[in-house]
Amino acid sequence: MAWTWFHRLASPPHVYRLAGRLTPWLAWPAAVLIVAGLIGGLVLAPPDYQQGDGYRILYVHAPSAWMSLMVYTTMAVAAAIGLIWRMKVAHAVAASCAPIGASFTFAALVTGSLWGAPMWGTYWQWDPRLTSELILLFLYLGYMGLRSAFDDVQRADRVSAVLAIVGVVNVPIIHYSVIWWNSLHQAPSVMRLGKPTMPLPMLVPLLMMLLGFTLFFGALLLVRLRGEVLSRERAASWISEAVRP
Amino acid sequence: MSDLCLKGENVHLWRGDHHVLRGVRFQVAGGECLQLTGANGAGKTTLLRTACGLAYPEGGEITWCGENIRKDMHAFHAQLAYLGHEPPLKAELTARENLCYWVGVRRDLEREELDGALERVGADDWADRPVRTLSAGQKRRAALAGLTLMRVPLWLLDEPTTNLDAEGQKLVGSLIDEHLRAGGVAIAAVHHGLAVSMASALKRMELTLD
Amino acid sequence: MTNSGAMGRRDDAPVREHEGTPIPARGDHERSAVSALSAARLMLARDLKLAFRKRSQLVQPLAFFAIVTTLFPLGVSPELTRLRPMAAGVVWAAALLSSLLALELLFRDDAQDGTLEQYALCGRSLTWLLAAKTAAHWLLTGLPLALMAPLAGLALGAPTAAVPGIVASVAVGTVALSLIGAIGAALTLGIRRSGALLSLLTLPLEIPVLIFGARATELAIDGRAYGAPLQLLAALAVLGLTLAPLAAAAAVRINLE
Repeated sequence: MAWTWFHRLASPPHVYRLAGRLTPWLAWPAAVLIVAGLIGGLVLAPPDYQQGDGYRILYVHAPSAWMSLMVYTTMAVAAAIGLIWRMKVAHAVAASCAPIGASFTFAALVTGSLWGAPMWGTYWQWDPRLTSELILLFLYLGYMGLRSAFDDVQRADRVSAVLAIVGVVNVPIIHYSVIWWNSLHQAPSVMRLGKPTMPLPMLVPLLMMLLGFTLFFGALLLVRLRGEVLSRERAASWISEAVRP
Repeated sequence: MSDLCLKGENVHLWRGDHHVLRGVRFQVAGGECLQLTGANGAGKTTLLRTACGLAYPEGGEITWCGENIRKDMHAFHAQLAYLGHEPPLKAELTARENLCYWVGVRRDLEREELDGALERVGADDWADRPVRTLSAGQKRRAALAGLTLMRVPLWLLDEPTTNLDAEGQKLVGSLIDEHLRAGGVAIAAVHHGLAVSMASALKRMELTLD
Repeated sequence: MTNSGAMGRRDDAPVREHEGTPIPARGDHERSAVSALSAARLMLARDLKLAFRKRSQLVQPLAFFAIVTTLFPLGVSPELTRLRPMAAGVVWAAALLSSLLALELLFRDDAQDGTLEQYALCGRSLTWLLAAKTAAHWLLTGLPLALMAPLAGLALGAPTAAVPGIVASVAVGTVALSLIGAIGAALTLGIRRSGALLSLLTLPLEIPVLIFGARATELAIDGRAYGAPLQLLAALAVLGLTLAPLAAAAAVRINLE
């Protein structure tokens, strides 16, 4: 009995409708939180002890970096579910996640580069966090490249699921080895803030941005998922009814 | 006779948007040979690959001796031999070496067995030449020698008579005959009929394009 | 055709005779742990024999390694004092790229002539068989690279005392590289012209190996103790040994569907 919701989640038409209904519930709170977080972070929060106002890009950089990792994990979990229980919808979720995650990663790289530029004098340094994000971007690109190399969608799903699982196991290993590598050469990271702990007026907007970005990802995922489901099920009979305006 | 039986119930399989197997149903017992016919692309190869567990059907199930083949795939595979379109031989090894590595991974092979099987398919002259120097018919014969060496009750054959001359086709027929007489099960995808003498043991099924 | 009665099966598993065709009893596969090992050994022997029949192909990754190493002095500077600080990095970058090149040898041939499919159907653990193939691959490419690496190191200004350290670090590292590469090769089995995609998939996963390996080599070149990064490298190799053949077997089966 408790499994019926699980099995219904496996049904594409059900997921299509559910996704459509849920999207506004995620999108509006996301918009509110992000706007509030930006106002709080860019305007209201006090300047940093060391970096002055230059740190404020943290309010976009940190959530982007956080999301880039969270999306990869979500993608790997969805792919694993699809692989083990042979759920087509789970594979559609994984496919929808990838471009979103790659975009977050790219945003983290760009904002990170902009953050460091005034302090470094250049637009790039092999900072451990930036290097990790760059490698993560390659992982996303590899995943998307592998998917697109197969004409058969089912095989693309299953093969890339193996890659996603292997990748997710590797991500912590890569992360720690990069930190280790960087520490050998003692380059201090600029991407920290002066004070050891963040005061509340700084922290609250950051948390709002994190939550806002998460909800934003959710909404984006649902929108992409509907598109994925439509394209995968295009031969099925329920499509014509669902798409009728 | 025996409780050997390969059964397919309501098997459905899609390749992308193409519904290749549409509720296929079959049953082959010990001592019987199922002859699969159909146009190119009708799904004969797909059905064979589904029956041996390589392809996964979206609907229906395949059972061997009453048990779903997915329950213990290694044990199921240990009881079957599958020959695809191309003979599975390494071009750089000789026919004899190929058989050693192909069958040897399943069970220990005695030298006399190996010699006997090669002789049976007429490989005396060319058993020790690299496979890349052999003709297509000779390669097919080498694959058939491997088939007989497997000593398994279930044979899944995809167009076993390709590239064989009339004598070779008779060879295939007699190999299947012996296999059936010993109680084995066989499914063969063919374009022309098999030269199997036990006509009573022959079942036929045609797959259609749709 | 030989009579099954005179066959002399060394296998003492119970067999149901069926008018001449012995049918393995259902419990046979329980002995598969031991048999998996002997099947793996057979696979190893097969791959080594096959490689020696095509000896010319074995030299290619090594020649590539030599060429790539040569590019750096030509591109940077002929002075050994300037090359020595980056010798470890160059050796490792060249090793990564050469091992990528060698990955083609691993599964492609077997996938194309249908023998890989037969091994997926033989009733033995494909994981063990692929582990054996990867072991053969390392013996044929990784180990020779490890023996060539000191030459590259010396050519880039490393002292002769560093030779054991270079060999050890590259030998252990290439084990991990072969294993990770096996996953990539298995994933891209069915794809034509998969070279660039294979690199994109495999190289990011190999970065930890590069980091620890290059560090170990660098310490060896500087004459310092390199035990710590070497141990981390070995840990990666062990992790790869337990997980990579499994992932590769899963990917192969998916590609055979």
